[in-house]
Amino acid sequence: MKHDVIEKNVSLMIVLTIVAISFGTLVELVPLIFSKQVSEPVEGLKPLTALQLEGRDIYIREGCNTCHSQMIRALRAESERYGHYSVAGEFVYDRPFLWGSKRTGPDLARVGGRYSDDWHRAHLMNPRDVVPESNMPAFPWLFENTIDSNVTPKKLATLKTLGVPYTDADIAGASASVEGKREIDAVVAYLQNLGTVLSEKR
Amino acid sequence: MTSFWSNWIIILTSITIVGVTWILFGNRKRDNTENQTTGHVYDGIEEYDNPLPAWWFFMFTVTIIWGLGYLVAYPGMGKWEGLLGWSQEGQHDAEVAKAEAKYRAMRDRYLALPIEEIAFDPAVKKMGQRLFGNHCAQCHGADARGAYGFPNLTDNDWIWGGSPAEIKYTLNHGRQAAMPAWGPVLGDQGIQEMTAYLMSLNNRTADSTLAEAGKQKFGLFCAACHQADAKGNPLLGAPNLTDGIWLYGGSEADIAHTLRSGRNGMMPAQSKILSEDRIHILTAYVYGLSQREGN
Repeated sequence: MKHDVIEKNVSLMIVLTIVAISFGTLVELVPLIFSKQVSEPVEGLKPLTALQLEGRDIYIREGCNTCHSQMIRALRAESERYGHYSVAGEFVYDRPFLWGSKRTGPDLARVGGRYSDDWHRAHLMNPRDVVPESNMPAFPWLFENTIDSNVTPKKLATLKTLGVPYTDADIAGASASVEGKREIDAVVAYLQNLGTVLSEKR
Repeated sequence: MTSFWSNWIIILTSITIVGVTWILFGNRKRDNTENQTTGHVYDGIEEYDNPLPAWWFFMFTVTIIWGLGYLVAYPGMGKWEGLLGWSQEGQHDAEVAKAEAKYRAMRDRYLALPIEEIAFDPAVKKMGQRLFGNHCAQCHGADARGAYGFPNLTDNDWIWGGSPAEIKYTLNHGRQAAMPAWGPVLGDQGIQEMTAYLMSLNNRTADSTLAEAGKQKFGLFCAACHQADAKGNPLLGAPNLTDGIWLYGGSEADIAHTLRSGRNGMMPAQSKILSEDRIHILTAYVYGLSQREGN
């Protein structure tokens, strides 16, 4: 084909450009969307409780994922430090996922159960109190703000339309289960659940 | 992966490779006459139509050949697993197996020896320090001196006992302290009295009338866990209240606050994530921290 035919016909050029760049997506992305390995939950994975879900939203609001990844790569250096490497089926209820790749702080994919609730509270109030060399910001307002329980059922209902298996009872009880809770309670509940579905000794 | 998607990937990948090759070779200009133009003229500006530089053309060809070789050797073409049999998980497991083969025997040798014996072995200290840095330092501090609410491990003052067996138990199973809130039981007056008594136990200034009243109540409410002499009971994780070491602060206000609201310090169990031999080395390291001159 004479290339001036393409150059002089913008619509044709747009179509051909889209065709050219589609191949990567069609080969690398589309099959994954239909792959069981990435779309089915690992055994034992449960959707976040209402309180944990609120904690996750606060985690996103405060930008925790800017400095903390949630993705343990399949390398010994990582699994020695953090635990079993992350697998796709752990994240099927995560919308959006919070894998990240920048680690100013440590990876949090399996932080659940590693520290006590008290430690998380002390650490979020002022990280320097427990880790003197830390450069993480303090989040004292989490201890004052209470959760808006009116929107919690809507969040669960929205996720349900996206395929997260919340029951009607979950949605109905969502408001009551976060009523009067402080934001810190939600964040700690979320953190203590992270990565607990897979465990492995090292 | 189903056969459909496997074939989908194989066909589209092949089309891409063939297409790229066709574009490269099909458009190759063999006529090497310098400075020919395409014939486009726009505002008097003309466009050269020189052939691709040879090195560029060569590199492009090499990448195509490399790509074909890669798809034969590594998984990429649908279900094809590659001649090398490489996988991400396989590589990880091989790395772990190699490290285990190298270090396992050494750790097992230490596992067979008593804690007291290996606590000062330089290799154990080194391994222990690394394990401590990853698993313990977040709460107990990189120097193991603890923080508010997280015990100092270097001072030989043990809440749950400092023998090797007790330390190992703590590491394996974690600990959950349970001091109830005494505010509702003692009332403001009672809290004041008890605080005064605890201050007097540590030879600090306190109102003697209040302290005397506190002493009576101590026998009633506190001695069950902290013992009648207030020296504590490691079986219950009840700390010694007479040694001037305060996990939650020793000021009058701190002591009163602890009495009023209770304390429920918790150490997570490590046996879920660490193997027996690593726990053993960590126990030796923690034990060794306080077994120094002067202790």
